[in-house]
Amino acid sequence: MKNDIITLGYGSGAALTRQLIREVFVSKFRLPTLDDAACIDNHLTVTTDAYVVNPLFFPGGDIGKLSITGTVNDLSMNGSVPAYLVASFILEEGFSINLLKRIVDSMQKTAEEAGVQIIAGDTKVVEKGKCDGVYITTTGIGFLPEGIDLNVKNIKAGDRIVVNGSLGDHAVAIINARQKLGLDPAPISDCAPLREVIEILLNTTKLRFARDATRGGVATILNEIYEDTGLGVILDETSLPIKDSTTVLCGLLGLDPLYLANEGKLVAVVSEANDDMLIQLKAHRYGQDSAIIGEVTKDVNGVYLRTALGSLRPLLMLASDPLPRIC
Amino acid sequence: MNLKYYRAPDLIKRVLKEIHEYRQPVTFMEVCGSHTMAIGHWGLRKLLPENIRLISGPGCPVCVTPASVIDELIKLKDITIATFGDLIRVPGSDQTLEHARALGADIRTVYSPLEALELSQKRETVFVGIGFETTIPGIAYTILEAGRQNQDNFSVLPLFKLIPPALNALLIDDEVEIDGFILPGHVSAVIGTQAYDFIPQKFGIGGVVTGFEPLDIVLGIKKMIEQINKPQIINEYSRIVTTEGNMAAKATISEVFSIGNAVWRGLGEIPDSGLDIRTEYSQFDALRKYDIQITNIEGNTACRCSSVLKGKIMPFDCPLFAEICTPNNPVGPCMVSSEGSCAAYYKYEK
Repeated sequence: MKNDIITLGYGSGAALTRQLIREVFVSKFRLPTLDDAACIDNHLTVTTDAYVVNPLFFPGGDIGKLSITGTVNDLSMNGSVPAYLVASFILEEGFSINLLKRIVDSMQKTAEEAGVQIIAGDTKVVEKGKCDGVYITTTGIGFLPEGIDLNVKNIKAGDRIVVNGSLGDHAVAIINARQKLGLDPAPISDCAPLREVIEILLNTTKLRFARDATRGGVATILNEIYEDTGLGVILDETSLPIKDSTTVLCGLLGLDPLYLANEGKLVAVVSEANDDMLIQLKAHRYGQDSAIIGEVTKDVNGVYLRTALGSLRPLLMLASDPLPRIC
Repeated sequence: MNLKYYRAPDLIKRVLKEIHEYRQPVTFMEVCGSHTMAIGHWGLRKLLPENIRLISGPGCPVCVTPASVIDELIKLKDITIATFGDLIRVPGSDQTLEHARALGADIRTVYSPLEALELSQKRETVFVGIGFETTIPGIAYTILEAGRQNQDNFSVLPLFKLIPPALNALLIDDEVEIDGFILPGHVSAVIGTQAYDFIPQKFGIGGVVTGFEPLDIVLGIKKMIEQINKPQIINEYSRIVTTEGNMAAKATISEVFSIGNAVWRGLGEIPDSGLDIRTEYSQFDALRKYDIQITNIEGNTACRCSSVLKGKIMPFDCPLFAEICTPNNPVGPCMVSSEGSCAAYYKYEK
């Protein structure tokens, strides 16, 4: 691997992250897949995730809320019902106990909403300067109902791509808060548990596959689908739910909302996109701007966007973190 | 700005239809990297007739920054380096800033030069001053602010580039064949359209200053065609750009900087195409503070970024393109920067 050292790009969720997982972890641990969650004996699902967000508090959420939603969402994406969480804290010397209480309150509130119990944990304190206040790792356990099999291999040409709302909201909220850009109104993170959204999809259509569109965004997931199945994807630009404020900020910074992180949005591949599905999704508070954004096809090799002008442009897997441009 | 208007498919298609009626073969250079990206992003190249060829120019500040700059920055031990995003992945002779950071160097990506000034309250900080006329006023203001704060820990490495002298250098190169320029919108907002008057006067070709929405760009191309036999500078971006430019921004630049030569990666040293920090503000000049010399050494000699920057070859024509040089493993800066021609062609046109 390039220069044999870890750079920040390896944590981007894009191609470098995938390369690291494949070449270092999957090969050494002999993992069967690259998936976030693993299913044991076709019933028990387990996953783990570490949260290192900066700032710790942002419009729409905080590191505590994120540490619950991120992990329950990873469990939910293969159809599992999240049940238990174990939380591990790395605290920096000098961190305020009142702030820690706020974070823990937020975790408990979100856990209750998501229907999970926090049942055990661990606490470590590191010297000042060794971490950004608080890092949290949560490990989740869920149960996979019988008969549910969501797997990338199930995807077929002709399937439709669905998202449950506007894209890029979390990343834009974080950029605005971190860089003190002062956007008014401040963009709000979409941080939310998605088990109920998955439930709607399971009940109203034939759901083939789902993935929460965190780091790397929607475009990265679709490229992973292409890599894993060899099937192409064409998105329809006019169908993409993207807020005007996100479009404007991305225009200024040279970023593409399709590659930005979300924390309450999933990409679902369904065999039939019926009206009932969309009506029920839109009736849910975490699905109001749901949209069918494209389809799986054998007509193209790779992931493409049909622009509003009718031309096709590729949406490649990003190498690393998208960087804001200079001018 | 009404984004919907400037992105309205019906309007854009109508202009494209008019462009398709033009039959002469012409080559227009989009000077600015943001235009290259916008053209790729909207898939406009594929919607133009074959006789209208768009080539990309030197308007990406990262791409024209010599590799030696990276080497010099890495040598600055125990000092915080603050830079805009893209530069951290540009290869120096041996390393990128990103790798130097992973090995312990204190390298921060910032969104504004004022952030760098804030960092200097706690530690010695050098802000990497790359950019064109668009970013220069903000950096000039930051130097003035550093003076007001008496901030001894802050300096700027002046690597600024001015667009008009670069266009002049391109046009006096006999190998470069251009029928007109799509001129940069943001740069022009600062310097005004009059800064380009020398192009039709001296070289007999025209240019259109245009914005970055798809309607702006197709209107720009249409106006390029319309004026090809009577070359002039046309302002298609009048909602932002004036003839004189932004007088306050220009005054701030003049207060802090004087015109000097600059080394452009790929183009070499171009007279009067850069800015030096005036002696009144020399305490903020990183070149003097750390005795830094910027040379025009190239990195990988097989890399054809220099020819791409001059529009002599298309990115596809470089032997490294998409084979050895990719966004995962960029060899030249044109593949690194989000505004770089090679990155744009790899991303959108491959």
